[in-house]
This record gives sequence, C-alpha cells and structure tokens, in this order.
Amino acid sequence: MATGTAVEALPPPLKESGQREVFCGLTSIVWLHRRMPDAFFLVVGSRTCAHLIQSAAGVMIFAEPRFGTAILGERDLAGLADANEELDRLVAQLLARRPEIRTLFLVGSCPSEVIKLDLAKAAERLNRQHTGRVTVLNYSGSGIETTFTQGEDGALQALIPLMPRSEQSQLLIVGTLADAVEDRLVSLFHRLGIERVASLPPRRSTELPAVGPGTQLLLAQPFLSGTARALLDRGATLIRAPYPFGVEGSRAWMAAAAAAFGVPPAQVAEVLDPLVERGRRALAPHRDTLAGKRLFLMPDSQLEIPLARFLSRECGMDLVEVGTPYLDRQLMAEELALLPAGTQLSEGQHVDNQLARLRAARPDLVVCGLGLANPLEAEGMATKWSIELVFSPIHGIDQAADLAELFARPLRRRAALAFV
Amino acid sequence: ADAVQRFQPEALLVGESCTAELIQDQPGALAAGMDLGGIPMVSLELPAYSKKENWGAAETFYQLVRGLLKPQLPAPGSPRPDPSRWRAEGRRPRVNLLGPSLLGFRCRDDVREIRQLLDGYGIDVAVVAPLGARPADLLRIPAADANLNLYPELAGTVCSWLERQFGMATVNTVPIGIGATVAFLRELHGVLDLPLPADLEAEGHSRLPWYSRSVDSTYLTGKRVFIFGDASHAIAAARIASRELGFAVVGLGSYSREQARELRAAAKELGLEALITDDYLAVEAAMAEAAPELVLGTQMERHSAKRLGIPCAVISTPLHVQDVPARYAPQMGFEGANVIFDTWVHPLMMGLEEHLIGMFRHDFEFVDGHRSHLGDGPPAAAPEPMAVAPAAAGGGLSWSTDGEAELAKIPFFVRGKVRRNTERYARERGLELIDSEALYEAKAHFSR
Repeated sequence: MATGTAVEALPPPLKESGQREVFCGLTSIVWLHRRMPDAFFLVVGSRTCAHLIQSAAGVMIFAEPRFGTAILGERDLAGLADANEELDRLVAQLLARRPEIRTLFLVGSCPSEVIKLDLAKAAERLNRQHTGRVTVLNYSGSGIETTFTQGEDGALQALIPLMPRSEQSQLLIVGTLADAVEDRLVSLFHRLGIERVASLPPRRSTELPAVGPGTQLLLAQPFLSGTARALLDRGATLIRAPYPFGVEGSRAWMAAAAAAFGVPPAQVAEVLDPLVERGRRALAPHRDTLAGKRLFLMPDSQLEIPLARFLSRECGMDLVEVGTPYLDRQLMAEELALLPAGTQLSEGQHVDNQLARLRAARPDLVVCGLGLANPLEAEGMATKWSIELVFSPIHGIDQAADLAELFARPLRRRAALAFV
Repeated sequence: ADAVQRFQPEALLVGESCTAELIQDQPGALAAGMDLGGIPMVSLELPAYSKKENWGAAETFYQLVRGLLKPQLPAPGSPRPDPSRWRAEGRRPRVNLLGPSLLGFRCRDDVREIRQLLDGYGIDVAVVAPLGARPADLLRIPAADANLNLYPELAGTVCSWLERQFGMATVNTVPIGIGATVAFLRELHGVLDLPLPADLEAEGHSRLPWYSRSVDSTYLTGKRVFIFGDASHAIAAARIASRELGFAVVGLGSYSREQARELRAAAKELGLEALITDDYLAVEAAMAEAAPELVLGTQMERHSAKRLGIPCAVISTPLHVQDVPARYAPQMGFEGANVIFDTWVHPLMMGLEEHLIGMFRHDFEFVDGHRSHLGDGPPAAAPEPMAVAPAAAGGGLSWSTDGEAELAKIPFFVRGKVRRNTERYARERGLELIDSEALYEAKAHFSR
C-alpha cells in the first residue's frame, strides 16, 4: 500500500453551521425496504414526512406498500387522543392487511421527537400485543438528529439487541451492500480462508447474524458510528481499515480482515493481486476522463472522504473541498491518512457560504444532492448527484471501474451532447 | 364514368391493383378514351410486384402534379424564378409543404408545428400537399418561393421535378430533432435570402435540451439503442439519440431502399453498418445480436422487442391506431422534440428503480426486468431476454454454474450484451468453460 499523508498534514477542517441542504434519516427507508423486503417501515410523523418518502420512492409503483406514515393530527397534539392508542389501532390495521410482515420499524421523526412521543415504549407494548408474529423496533430518522445515511445507522442499532450471542470466530460485514457485491466479497473471503462471514443487515430481517467476543467487525460503510460502538459493546472487535472503494481501498480493506484472521500476506497477494491488476486496467479509461479535473464535494452521506481519497489517488482528480455532514475521526482515521496533503475538509454546512466558495473555485465536477445539481448545471457546472452513490454497487475491487464511471459519466455526457 | 358522374371530382386517378396488373386491361388507356367531361385524368403505372407503398405514393403524387402543371411549364431556357422575389413583390415569402399524407407518421401535427414555426419567422405557407390539397391547390404550387421536402419518401420525386422544370428551390433537411430543426431553418433562410434570426441557436425553443442536460438524464448516457424505420425518421432518430440524448446507437436500419445511400452515410458516421432490409426476421436477428436496451422502430419492431423483452417506442410507419393520437403529438420542430423526449424515455426503467433492482435482487415484487412505472408485472418474455441455450453459445463454449450465477447478477437490461461480450472474450482467449472470473476479465477488457 502506498504511504499516505500524516493526518497532521491536513489543514484543520472548516466547521460550519447554518443553512443545510441534506436529507433527513427517514430517506434510509428507500433502500432498507429493498434490502429487507419482509420488514415494514412506519414513520410516526407529519404529512411532510409522508411527502418526503413518497416523493423519493413513489416513482416506483408498489403493489404492496413497504412503508407508510402514521400522521399526527390536531387531536394527537392537543393531547385529546391517546397517541399510543391511535398507534396501536393503526398497527393492528396494517398487520391485518400485510400479514407477511416480520419486522416492523417505528421510525421517529422531528414531530414525534419534539413532542417526545415514546416510540421505544410503544414498540415494547406492540411487541407484547403481536408477540410471535412480528417484531416491533424503533429508531429515529428525524432531521434534527440524523442526516441521510445516519438513518441506516439507527436502523441497524435497533436490530443489535435481537442478534443472538455467539463466541464463535467470524467476520461480520456491517453496512448495506448490493446483493451481487456481497456475494462476491463473501466468496473472496472464502478464498482467503475466512470461513464464517456474515452480513448486517441481512436479506431477511429475521435472519440476524450472531455477535460476541469471536466476532471481527469490518465496516463496509463509513456512516455506522453508532452501530459499530453498539457491536463493540457486545464483545466484537473492530478491524481498522480504509473503506472498500476503489482498487486500493478495497484491497486494504480485505487485507486488514485477512490480517485479523491470521491469513499470511503471501496468500492475500495470491488471491487479490490478479484482481488488483485487472481492476487497474478497467479503471484506466475513466482515469483518462477524470485526471487533472478539479472536484468539489458537498456534504451528503459521509461517503465523501473515502470517495475523495479514491478519486484523487486512483483517478488523478484534484480536490478543492471535501464536505461531510459528520466527521468521526476514529472511524475515518485510515482514510484521512490517505488523503493528499493540504486537502481542505469541511464538516457541517452553511450552504450559502459553501456555494460562494464553490462559485469562486469553479470546479470541473461538483458532487452534490438533487436540490443543487440542476441549478448548478444551469450555471454551467458539471455535477454528479450524490444520492446515486448509496444506490449503486460500488464496493470492492471489481467495482472500482463502475465507481469511477459514475463520476466520468456526467463529464462524458456534457462532451457528447450537441444540439446545433 | 360512374365515379365521375356521382362524385364530380376535379381530377381522376386510374390505376391497377396487383391482380389487375396480371390481367393487363390497360385501364389508364381506356379512361383516356372515355368522355370524362374534360377533367384531367392521370394514368398510374405502379409495378405492384417490384415496388411498394411509399414508392407508389411518391409516383402518384409526382404524376398528378406533373399532369396538372403541364400547361404551366415554363419554356425551356427561361430563367429560374428568384426565391427572394417576395422582396421585390412586397409580400412575405411563401413556401409549399410537400409530403404530408394520411397514414404518414404524425403528419397532421407536423404540418401544424411547421406552419406555426414558419409563421413565427414571417414565412407563409402556400400549399400543403398532398394532405388536404385539392387539384386546384396543386396548380398554385409554382407560385411559392420554395418547396419544403418534409417527407422525402413521398415528396422527393416531386420536389426534384419541380426544381428541374420550374427552377423551384428545395429545402431538403427534415426538421426532426433540435439540431435538424435549426439546420432546416438555416437552410430555409439561406434559400429565401432572409437574415438568420439572432436567437436561432438558443436552446430555449424546446425543452428537450434542458431535460437532456438535467441530472435526471445522466443515466441515459450510453444506453444502447437500436433504430429501424423509414429512412427519414431513422436518420433523424439516430442524430437525436446520439447527439441530443446521449444514447449509444448500436444498430441503424431502414426498409426504404430508395434512401439507402443517405442511411448508409448516417450509419457510417456512427461507426455502424446500415441494415437495409424489408425482412422483419433479419431486423429481429440484428436486434437480438446488438442486444440493445431500447428499440426505436415501427409497429413491427414493437413485436420483436416484446419477444426479446426490450423496451420500445414507435418512430415511424407502419403504425397502428394508437400512433394516430387525439392529442397534439408532432415529431417535427421544437414541440416535436419535446414529444420525442417523453416518448423515448418513457419505456425505460426509471433511474431509482434501475438502481434498486441492480442492488437488491431478492425482492418478491420488484423482480428482474420489472418496470413498475408501466404499471404491470415483469415482461412476459423469459427473464433472460437474449437466452440462448448454453450449447448454442458455439465454438465448444459452455458456462459454468458459478459463471451463470454471476451473469444472473448483471442488471437485466445489459445482461444480453455482457453475455455476448464474455463469450467473444472467451473465444478470443480460447477458453472453453466460462466461469465468474472470465466474466470479470471480459468486463475489465471491454471497459476500455
């Protein structure tokens, strides 16, 4: 592995607060409902929350709903109706309609948190009512507490108490992966001689992996601070590694796991080096498009730092500013060490100030959310909308070229379109 | 004689069907010998066993115009009329719209769109023909300053005859797509000696450019599209697809042999070999071979695309009743480009759904090939659209179980292409068994 910069070589990150242009954690439902099709996500919130989910995922037409919103009414707010009774009634109705649901997530929102509706208690009570049929859990996806992918962190934390205990030695990959990527990574770990590999979240909400002192924890996603700590509390050990984006990051990630299981480096090299060589070959054409281009990342998903590392080291891009909604220095230490010296990080957001910096810098590519993407395109800046990165198979050595292509595509498209 | 008596037409067409052609009754000559009350009669020679509909329409239109305009023919050697004579005559320039017809593709609305467009630039329409014209209108054709050859399949012959005999200028660009509409306006203004409008190249005339530039359209980049239809619509579609929507055109063909040269030139520009055929099986085979993600074709390609499980939109005749819509739906001009954007993108799986199906393949409702925005289940075809029996892979190739499993993880709409590429790669490398590693090798190989 190439030696990186010492973290001290990075200027202090800009810490900003002000207007923010990010999703709340409720949006995690958009991908979690597909990862665990036997789960249902019931948001307890307002019409605004319902609109959010429906605008995000409603483009797909569902024969069977996978999520819904229990909308708080005037009577609930005035304390005239017992919000808990209302919730019990709604849940009974829902379960009658969808008897195949195995796990029900009560998802907290800003309104439910502000009026301190105790969803944890409600989940406990509903669990008793529907015992044996469905497990009721709760987590918060409110905008006050969570940003976008942090919703997944909350959902996984809610599952942890249900995980069986086991002292057996195993590798636990944490964070939602695309099915094909998960299969691929598991088969590569098998080739490295790591026999027991489990995933959180599982594909069925009822098939939770075990956890305990023998569990080695490998984070596939960088936004799982709470989940990681809760799993450590259950006795697991954290494997420190950069995240599996790009050839370099993915190799280091797998190698770190192999080291934790005592796999000799020669065997790691034998399995991974052909993939590395092939991955670099596949990456080359995208590198041609991206090299030397100036990149600005707005905060969105916490994937920004690993992606910036990949795009600068493996694709030759120059980093103007790397924004992240939240910086967990501990979980990001390996990544920070690989960033080029002088990289300007920013944590949090003051969107107007950030846009002023962006306009002054006129980067070649801006990674940002859909709220900003089209307006910036109209100003003549190429953008890559960031949400897509959460919905694409981008992890692993074999996916490095596909990941680079996501960033090269808008630049290629701009070059390809000609109307007159 | 009965028909003339009862309907009292301004002119009479006499021709034969395929069977009548065998009997050789010479109906044209017979009609010429009858007393038709002095109306013009055009005898049609349409070889039913060697030519087809578009040729018949072009020939009929040509013979009719020629027959009616014969008395007006200028003496040989007389000077060509100046297309900018409108200026000297102190009137707005006027042009003929030639080619629109019944059973043509969206002719009704194309005429309205072009008429409106020209009006905006101060240009009048003299005669629209054949759609809605009477023989008396055809007599006014030479009074216009130029002819617009909107549907070359139908009006090409007439336009070149009018150019030869009357010296009338022709505008040959077909205004389908933004670039083509701008080129058409530029050509027309040049012919009429009008100053080019300052805002001609501004993108705001149509919403297509911004829709296509907006980030919702990024996922359209490089989508593989197969195009087949009449030559004019196919050539126009190829340009829109490649330059205005960012698709990759992987097949271009037409049944119009008369326009084969233009089509070959358009295909060559895209690095393709044009497919000139009227055999739908050859089209279907080419379609399967190219493994596209979208087919733009005729009513027939709809059937083939359905069989292969590929999304499809209709861009050309032959058409069916649903392609003669009640609403305004031109293909030409700036509004036509708006219609085209919507129509071509609609059959594709939408961005988020495409992502989620690519990510999670074990869902009970959103299965492989499902496009829920179309409101129905997965395509009726087998979930493996380009399915070939493993033995049929040829060259002694076979897929291992883990190779097949890996292939099944490739998103539905590109799987056919990946299968083909991998088999090609294996053949080139002399591999006999294709496993998952070979598939990844091929993927890395072809990404260059």
